[in-house]
Amino acid sequence: MSTSTVQKMRPWAASPKDRALTTLSVLLSVLTSVVIVAATPMKGKLAYFALFFLSWFVIDSLFVVRKQGAKGVRDGLAAKITLFGAVIVSMAVFSILFATISKGLKGINFAFLSQNMHNASLFDPIGKGGILHAILGTLMLIAFAIIFSVPMGILTALYLTEIKGKAAGLIQFLVQAMSGVPSVVAGLFIYAAIILNTPLRSSAFLGGLALTILMVPTVTRTAQEVLNLVPQDLREAGLAMGATQWKTVALVVVPAARSGLITATILGVARIAGETAPLLFTVGVFDSYNFNPFKGDQGTIPTVVWRGLLGGTPESVQRAWSAILVLLVVVLVMFVLARAFGSKSPKK
Amino acid sequence: MSQINHLDQNGTHMSDQPKDTTPSSLSDVAAKRAESKIAGTQPLGTGLEARGVHAWFDKHHALEDVSLDFSAGTVTALIGPSGCGKSTFIRTLNRMHEFIPHTSMAGQVLLDGKDIYEPGIDVTKIRLQIGMVFQKPNPFPSMTIGENVLSGLKLAQLKVDNHEDLLEECLTRAGLWTEVKDRLGAHAGGLSGGQQQRLCIARALAVKPKVLLMDEPCSALDPGSTLRIEETISQLSKSMTIVIVTHNMQQAARVSDYTAFFLSDGGPGQMIEVGPTNEIFSRPRDERTENYVTGRFG
Amino acid sequence: MSIDTPAKVIPAARKITTKPRVSDQIFRAIVTTFSFSALLILSLIAIFLLSKGFATLKAQGLGFITNFEWSVVVDDGGVETAHFGLQAMLIGTVVISFIALFIAVPLSVFTALFLTFYAPERIKKLLVTLIDLMAAFPSILYGLWGFFVLMPMAEYWAKLLHKWLGWIYIFDVPDAIYSRSPFIAGIVLSVMIIPIITSVSREVFSQTPLDRVQAAYALGATKWGMIRAVVLPFGAGGVVGGSMLGLGRAFGETVAVFSVLNIVFRTNFQILFTQGGNVASMIIQKWGEAGPSEVSALMAAGLVLFILTLMVNFLANAVVTRTVKSGR
Repeated sequence: MSTSTVQKMRPWAASPKDRALTTLSVLLSVLTSVVIVAATPMKGKLAYFALFFLSWFVIDSLFVVRKQGAKGVRDGLAAKITLFGAVIVSMAVFSILFATISKGLKGINFAFLSQNMHNASLFDPIGKGGILHAILGTLMLIAFAIIFSVPMGILTALYLTEIKGKAAGLIQFLVQAMSGVPSVVAGLFIYAAIILNTPLRSSAFLGGLALTILMVPTVTRTAQEVLNLVPQDLREAGLAMGATQWKTVALVVVPAARSGLITATILGVARIAGETAPLLFTVGVFDSYNFNPFKGDQGTIPTVVWRGLLGGTPESVQRAWSAILVLLVVVLVMFVLARAFGSKSPKK
Repeated sequence: MSQINHLDQNGTHMSDQPKDTTPSSLSDVAAKRAESKIAGTQPLGTGLEARGVHAWFDKHHALEDVSLDFSAGTVTALIGPSGCGKSTFIRTLNRMHEFIPHTSMAGQVLLDGKDIYEPGIDVTKIRLQIGMVFQKPNPFPSMTIGENVLSGLKLAQLKVDNHEDLLEECLTRAGLWTEVKDRLGAHAGGLSGGQQQRLCIARALAVKPKVLLMDEPCSALDPGSTLRIEETISQLSKSMTIVIVTHNMQQAARVSDYTAFFLSDGGPGQMIEVGPTNEIFSRPRDERTENYVTGRFG
Repeated sequence: MSIDTPAKVIPAARKITTKPRVSDQIFRAIVTTFSFSALLILSLIAIFLLSKGFATLKAQGLGFITNFEWSVVVDDGGVETAHFGLQAMLIGTVVISFIALFIAVPLSVFTALFLTFYAPERIKKLLVTLIDLMAAFPSILYGLWGFFVLMPMAEYWAKLLHKWLGWIYIFDVPDAIYSRSPFIAGIVLSVMIIPIITSVSREVFSQTPLDRVQAAYALGATKWGMIRAVVLPFGAGGVVGGSMLGLGRAFGETVAVFSVLNIVFRTNFQILFTQGGNVASMIIQKWGEAGPSEVSALMAAGLVLFILTLMVNFLANAVVTRTVKSGR
């Protein structure tokens, strides 16, 4: 009855023969597409791509049809089409990343990150002026957005997960509705409500308010998911000890979900860090430092990019790419942080 | 006076002194079944045979060295306590075991003498010849009753001249025709549990399998539906080989010709004993089998 | 001897009341108030946009949505004649959004199927990370990339389309100018909405009930056969919901569209040609030089956009919630 000599097998897995056949058909298809492109007026990446797909399908079907017939051919086609869909989507992402990094790096230097544009114009060659003022402005916006949206978002999430009152369905619906508000509408609203009705004018503060509208739904939704993950027995333990609900929530539930709530905040910030449209209505544009968050236009990274793009000259466009690279790095860092915090499970 | 195979009314062989510790009811039932079974009419092929089958879930050795020969035209019941590998085993018979990630197996399963695990074989064709009915009825909710029965044909791209005749034949064999013949266009979700299970049986029959595997097909159903399905199994066994996993020993005694007893002692599941059903229930050879069928555990 | 035995009396259920402690009442009050901030904000948006845009709406009436002309003319006497009609931009919004859906939905469904049923574990993790990353890219980045990287390629594709299919009206062009067209804007938008459609589709595909999947395989189905018989019918509702969420996003896109589309106030169905627009980017375009009456008109336009996206998102969420959470 010794089982130590029994060999585990996986007869259904791809055998070396299967793998060799696949490699062969891929190589043949590449060859075919190259040959056809050389022999006909077709040209360009599109031609190679399409021909490769077609010839791979034909060649692979020849191998499959003997074994499995028409339904095997259909199965193979489906597998290839889904693969190609995923490949096209990946290519888009890589293209964006590659373009940003390769085009943006050229303009990054110490001056770019340490100076403002007070003495330089967008059209000056790179090396003159920088975006430090814009980085400052964006940081101010983010700070305001966090101050307003995190309490609102978390408290709303608490209502939905802890209190679960009669209005919960309505509130849920409203949060979802709010997540669909276009960014330009948020900017218009702040302009209409505040700039046209009060003495307040463009400032980082107003920009922060506009961004809050966009950030609250993200924070609420993520916080809700995270709070729902906190095991019910934790809450019951707190209540069973005689604690009031608010004490249970404040001292037991929220700390347990702490890392998830940080994730919610980070995701919210990533959502709004790059928003441009609302800023055009509420923050304006500015070329040097403005240390007053409540008064006066601010430079912000998205508006630097925007003006660089609209400027049209190689220098202004270069600044745009470099600025967006800075922004992308910030978003990527937040992304990684969000994952790091998100993977910490609620404390038992 | 009595022939060798003739059984007296107590269901025990006249010859031996039976160490008959089984409650007479189980062996009675098994004996009645053996009596009433008509000598097989059209066994198809040479049946199904498992040789030295092992199964692993990742590193966990779940099934050890199971060899069973399912003769054509017979019904074999697999019994044993939960978790001893019966369901795993039955899924190696139609190559469903491999859908679970990180599984592996060893051994052979021969259908009409050919190993179904041979490389290069079209596994979808194997599953057409070895059909399966599951514990929980699972008709396709997006299809009508008629479409459900014929779905196997559509999936396999099989051409059939007359759909209506096939529909009637399969539903009749499954014991469902009279109840649904006027509403073949209705959605399958409106049927009761027992009816849905019979629909699944009809669906499995439509592709004309040689073997039908049934994994606890009645455990989610009421006794009335259970009896109807058992009748169906008896009828079907005249033209195909049936393997049925069951927790219900009375059911095994009622429907099967042969019974195999599985057990796991904490390690991999093993097949302890196999034999004609009435023998397993009246005079099992292994003590563990006896303990199980007399209800001392499980 | 015995009197009739008393009938069995079943008491009525006791009413259990809990009077929350004062601190809890305060807690609940605070939390509830803040939660209604969502309602407050949405209402305020509607109120203020309406109030500032009211003058225009009153002057133009229903024509604000149905007229095509948008112009402000001040004659020598300082008298202003203004026509504000959003129709062209509304149509433009729909045109580019549907181009985006046309490209994004198949790609997203294929990708979601690939991730759920075909991808090996490590590739799946990588691809999911990439797609989440895509969702985090700022829209201005899509604008930059769309203009400098995508547009040259897309112009070539547009020329090809025109060459082979130019006999169809929408692929014909009055002039051979292919840059900054609705076609290109649609492609950029599609890349922006692929992440959301893919992730909703993936979620619903992965919830396909295992017993139906097994039933299909047990009948001898190939993987594609199983997907067609079980996964797609089950997941269709979720895909529709996800697509509507993507549509809502596409309706409101501003800077990305502005970068790759030449905004002209004419309805244009010839998508390869350099003329189009959507309401959001039109607002940005006109804002800089807008006088008070035009500001009012732009506010009204913002209100229209707000209501439109609200409706689409509401429908989308209803569809998604119903199919994803109910597990048909």
